[in-house]
Amino acid sequence: MDVRSQVSMVFHLDKCIGCHTCSVACKNVWTDREGTDYMWWNNVETKPGTGYPTRWEDQDAYKGGWVSDGKELSLRSTSKSKLVPNIFHNPAQPSMDDYYEPWTYRYEDLFNAPEGDDQPTAKPVSMVTGEYIDIEAGPNWDDDLGGSEIYAKNDINMEDLSPEQRQQMLSIERMAFFYLPRICNHCLNPACVASCPSGALYKRGEDGIVLVNQDVCRAWRSCIPACPYKKTYYNWSTGKSEKCILCFPRLESGQAPACMHSCVGRIRYLGNVLYDADRIAEMALLPDDQLVEAQREMILDPFDPKVIAAAKANGISDGIIQSAQKSPVYKFLKVWKIALPLHVEYRTFPMLFYVPPLLPVMSMTQGDVVKNDLDELFADIDKHRAPMAYLGKMFTGGNIGKLRYALRKQVAVRVWRRHVTVGDIDEIKARQALAEADTTPDEATAIYKLSALAGFEERFVVPPFQREMAIEMLEDPHEYRANAGFGSRTSPKRS
Amino acid sequence: MTNYFWFGVFPYISLVVFFLATIRRYRTESFSYSSLSSQFLENEQHFWASVPFHYGILTVLGGHILAFLCPQMILGWNAVAARLIALEVTGLAVAILTLVGLINIVIRRLRFPKARRVTTAGDWFIYGGLLVQVVTGIGISINHGWGSSWFATSLTPWLWTLVKFNPDVSYITPMPLMVKAHIINAFLIILVFPFTRLVHILVVPNPYLWRKTQVVIWNWDRNRIRKSN
Repeated sequence: MDVRSQVSMVFHLDKCIGCHTCSVACKNVWTDREGTDYMWWNNVETKPGTGYPTRWEDQDAYKGGWVSDGKELSLRSTSKSKLVPNIFHNPAQPSMDDYYEPWTYRYEDLFNAPEGDDQPTAKPVSMVTGEYIDIEAGPNWDDDLGGSEIYAKNDINMEDLSPEQRQQMLSIERMAFFYLPRICNHCLNPACVASCPSGALYKRGEDGIVLVNQDVCRAWRSCIPACPYKKTYYNWSTGKSEKCILCFPRLESGQAPACMHSCVGRIRYLGNVLYDADRIAEMALLPDDQLVEAQREMILDPFDPKVIAAAKANGISDGIIQSAQKSPVYKFLKVWKIALPLHVEYRTFPMLFYVPPLLPVMSMTQGDVVKNDLDELFADIDKHRAPMAYLGKMFTGGNIGKLRYALRKQVAVRVWRRHVTVGDIDEIKARQALAEADTTPDEATAIYKLSALAGFEERFVVPPFQREMAIEMLEDPHEYRANAGFGSRTSPKRS
Repeated sequence: MTNYFWFGVFPYISLVVFFLATIRRYRTESFSYSSLSSQFLENEQHFWASVPFHYGILTVLGGHILAFLCPQMILGWNAVAARLIALEVTGLAVAILTLVGLINIVIRRLRFPKARRVTTAGDWFIYGGLLVQVVTGIGISINHGWGSSWFATSLTPWLWTLVKFNPDVSYITPMPLMVKAHIINAFLIILVFPFTRLVHILVVPNPYLWRKTQVVIWNWDRNRIRKSN
């Protein structure tokens, strides 16, 4: 058992209102430089929809992630044998058109325009070339589906739906959609790291954050197609890959990452979990529908004395073990089993998890009349507006059982709370709902509290980062104290 | 005297600058050691530019290095007329492939505003230098045939006198002007090499093929901690 600690996160999708505050916070802090203008380390997508970059989930086109033949795992994009002949032109590399061309407006035209009959306008100009452009795409072009069914129709997760389910999801008036905030998943088996010819990408041992060493990156660009989530980006100005750093400078000083801290809906939870790194290789070979369970198995119980002993033997400090015991992520993921990984079938074992959304039918239009459909307050999840097959393709590698478990438990929590607060559901019925969802009044209350009431300290359990240890290993602490706190000491310029 | 400067002194200037400047740039500006790929900004013409150019120039360079290191082998191969002609034709074909790639590179950089945006003065200089080099190379191949043989008999010995720090320019003096231009331009490219995007040649990712799949960096010494337990 090789016990390691990983900083992990849960997104409670039922609470996401799609406001993009997280994206803007991230952009302002990290990607407001030339070359990074098109990057959104954090972005929020409308689902069903095509996302950013367009149709990123279509791995036949983007070639992201791993493929398994049951015995061996290989990268879909550039395996070692495919790298050498393709080194001069990466055939799987997406181009800027797959994202969008960043633009700004010539605001000065509003002031400098000569007097005339027309209102002056600020024309859009490309942030790459500085020339006028027709804006054709943006990072959230399909936000709220933009009033069109094109985006939903092109969602790759709709593939396995029956024609009726498809039609139901596409009819604009009855459309079921939800929001999906995405950042780098800081995977256990990162495809970007494995694909890097220069060895510039690495996973930090102590917290699992995946980073790019900017001095070692040589612009071979292998990580960009390799990442199935398209969360490594090419800085066209410096010729380096950049990606979400999980705000490690903030984490190291005990603060929550910018995206999480700014979250208006309080949908995000952060904490570390302990996992067994020895099992990654074998688990990644399992069939798609077993991967959710496999990943849960790798996450270890931080209260188990054997796990604690093994963790200590591996150099993990008491502080990190204690914070793993308090981790909200561990509760959602392992105790309650209502958090699921995004597209686990890419086999990178993403370490950010999602509580899948409930999309109940609350009312219906019959002719011109809107009728509340409240005969059954919390309808069966199969009657919900997002088909199980759709959510299953996103969150459980097609394993509908795991998805149904997570959703049913969430419904049961609502039934229980309705019984407690309003009382129009009697206790027998409420307890029956809990039992059917494999939960208890205590657990339901705990889920309710962490989902709805939890304060900052409960939502963000930032483990002690012990940078003092890292610094001592690298250089003299006194010298370090005299230097800059973090980052490059020299300006990252090209000659 | 001019000959002595260009073929007896200039190569040394060029090589000294090359070594000192590449090492200095690697040590102080490792960040800038790459080719600054523009494939992300223009992904269609890139294939027709980059691929023929790189495969072409690597083969041509390989031929030159082979003639420098094993001249006897080349001469032995060329002893049979059919083999000599085959080698010459292959060389010329590969050189033309390089030229096509290079012209595509220049056109692509001029035609697409986004690609132009990331093209520096240094890039234009090196494209100019490479164009002169490839064009003179093709010119030599057409006008002064059987280059593979006379390279091995005349240029290789001259290069070895350079290596032995006893330059003998008498090998070069009778050479046609185009050959001289080709040689001077070659050392000019070596001279500017450390200041241009060409440095990416020095960081080809060979360790990738035998390194472990995943890279994990620890801030504590795992081996020591595991052994002490």
